Amino acid sequence: MRPMPRMCTLVAVALSACSPSPNDRTDATNASFASYDAGAVPGGPGSKQSYALGHLAADSAIAAMNQDIGPDGVELPAGRGSVQRGAVVYAAQCSQCHGAKGEGLPTFPKLVGRDSAGAPTPEFQFATKNKTKTIGNYWPYATTLFDYIKRAMPFATPGSMTDDDVYAVTAFLLSANAVIPDTTTLDAVALRAIRMPARDHFVPDNRKPTATTK
Amino acid sequence: MTDLSRRDLLAGAAGFLGGAALAGLPLAVEGQGGAPPTAPSTVPPPPAPPRPVAPLDATKMPGAPTAALGARSEYFAPTRIPNGTPVGSSRTPLQDLTGTITPSDLHFERHHAGIPTLDPERHTLTIHGLVDRPMSFTVADIKRFPQITRTYFIECSGNGGAGYRDPKPDTTPQPLAGLFSTSEWTGVPLATLFREVGVKSDASWFLAEGGDACKLARSIPIAKAWDDAMIVWAQNGEPLRPAQGYPMRLLLPGFEGNSNVKWLRRLELGTKPWMTRWETSKYTDPMPDGTARIFTFEIDAKSVITSPCYPNMITARGWRSVNGLAWSGRGRITRVEVSIDGGTSWHDAELLNTPQPKSTVRFQYMWNWQGTDATLLSRATDDAGYVQPTRAAMVAERGEFTDYHYNQIIGWKVDRSGAVTFHGAT
Repeated sequence: MRPMPRMCTLVAVALSACSPSPNDRTDATNASFASYDAGAVPGGPGSKQSYALGHLAADSAIAAMNQDIGPDGVELPAGRGSVQRGAVVYAAQCSQCHGAKGEGLPTFPKLVGRDSAGAPTPEFQFATKNKTKTIGNYWPYATTLFDYIKRAMPFATPGSMTDDDVYAVTAFLLSANAVIPDTTTLDAVALRAIRMPARDHFVPDNRKPTATTK
Repeated sequence: MTDLSRRDLLAGAAGFLGGAALAGLPLAVEGQGGAPPTAPSTVPPPPAPPRPVAPLDATKMPGAPTAALGARSEYFAPTRIPNGTPVGSSRTPLQDLTGTITPSDLHFERHHAGIPTLDPERHTLTIHGLVDRPMSFTVADIKRFPQITRTYFIECSGNGGAGYRDPKPDTTPQPLAGLFSTSEWTGVPLATLFREVGVKSDASWFLAEGGDACKLARSIPIAKAWDDAMIVWAQNGEPLRPAQGYPMRLLLPGFEGNSNVKWLRRLELGTKPWMTRWETSKYTDPMPDGTARIFTFEIDAKSVITSPCYPNMITARGWRSVNGLAWSGRGRITRVEVSIDGGTSWHDAELLNTPQPKSTVRFQYMWNWQGTDATLLSRATDDAGYVQPTRAAMVAERGEFTDYHYNQIIGWKVDRSGAVTFHGAT
């Protein structure tokens, strides 16, 4: 997502614009901590000094938790799964909440739906039409699908699926949304290469803090 | 939403009337959700439940003994509106509350995979990624750092949808704005912890991850850590409630609720956002021009009148306090105006507490009602000069079916009989 650096600047400007004097620790208001340091606290160890609390985190402990898959997919694990295999896993692990065809149930979201599959410019009208967001019509990154399934699914037994099965369900859902052919087998390289239909519709927050509408 | 609205209405009304026995209430208002605002008296409030019995003269006998835990008066039994699922929410009964602090047991809830049970002796916060020293902190470690105490609101970014997408006259403040609560929070500035681990110069975002069943994760610009982000472990004088993130949560003043990650277990520093499911497919804002805004963190200025409100029946002419809550995620509220004629003229309301940045004020306007039709509205302005917009202005800008960040002007119609109904068509 290329426009991000611009957004960082925007956030920083917005934040600094509404903060009171940054170093005012005696003001019991909700002040900024920009200049906060150990030496600013009565009895603290001194400027630029550490409180020396906590302990170094072991690489293994970090690795056990750090399973994030970012949008460029460089963290994707080994493994592979086909659309065909994904259909079997989906039926067993996912369909009871999301429906046999990904149509969703009252408390669990619809996953499948492309009203303009194959069109050069997919329709992206969610503000003026009461239209349900799906993986195919709204999700900007295929890597997010892998991250979320591995992170949080299946709902009743999160973290119980193998990486192969996560690849397979990811493949099945992307195929059901007409993003990839139903003959596909996904691995890290193939998943990284997928460009989602809604990818280019996302823009950084462009609300104006001083405007009367947004 | 229709089903929720009906239940919201019942619970809200029961709270207002001082009753608790939801199960005993007849579904008297079913099917009347669409009653036209021109005939509000056709939407009768549910009947009052039986009142607790008090002695005729309490001065003639000793009262109750002391108790291990305090309890509310039997005459006051406010309740949230839980939707009863692990992926659900429950709403604060704003119409029952006074001042600005939300009692902790009435703080709104929004969970994405239920409330985890976390042992404070085993739970840790690990900070890693673009840092000099990846470190883990126990809850006991966190409490040894210099602590600060601040009062901030938290608002779910979906708060207000009922009044925006489907405004109905028989709606109380609870479904309208109850995904909003205010607490006094205690914890350590995130800046202090970032200084402990040493942040590398190329770090520009951090990922905050919870220890719940979905490991909810949000990417946050690192500037927020140096500004006012906190790791909090206490709320209103006691440890966080489990539903609010026990034993510790991220507190991002003024940012949409879900980014204030509860049950916080990990912060990873990096150079760009992670594009998690919540920040791409969920908490983004589609616009009529075919774009969708991403990372819309700040809550814009907003206000709601909580008294009077539906289902009140104003029974006496004369003076009364019209009051409610106002807040902005971008700074201090500087002004709240109240209109009694549907927005034709506006009057400055009194601010009942000193406005703090990204916190809540209660406002008040004294109104002398003389039995005429009126439409009460409130309009907040913050110190950036931002003025709360009308619903029509928001629809024109953002479309009728936008999902988040509803902050349009709302209010209440009072008819000559004294019946109060919601007015959302501003």
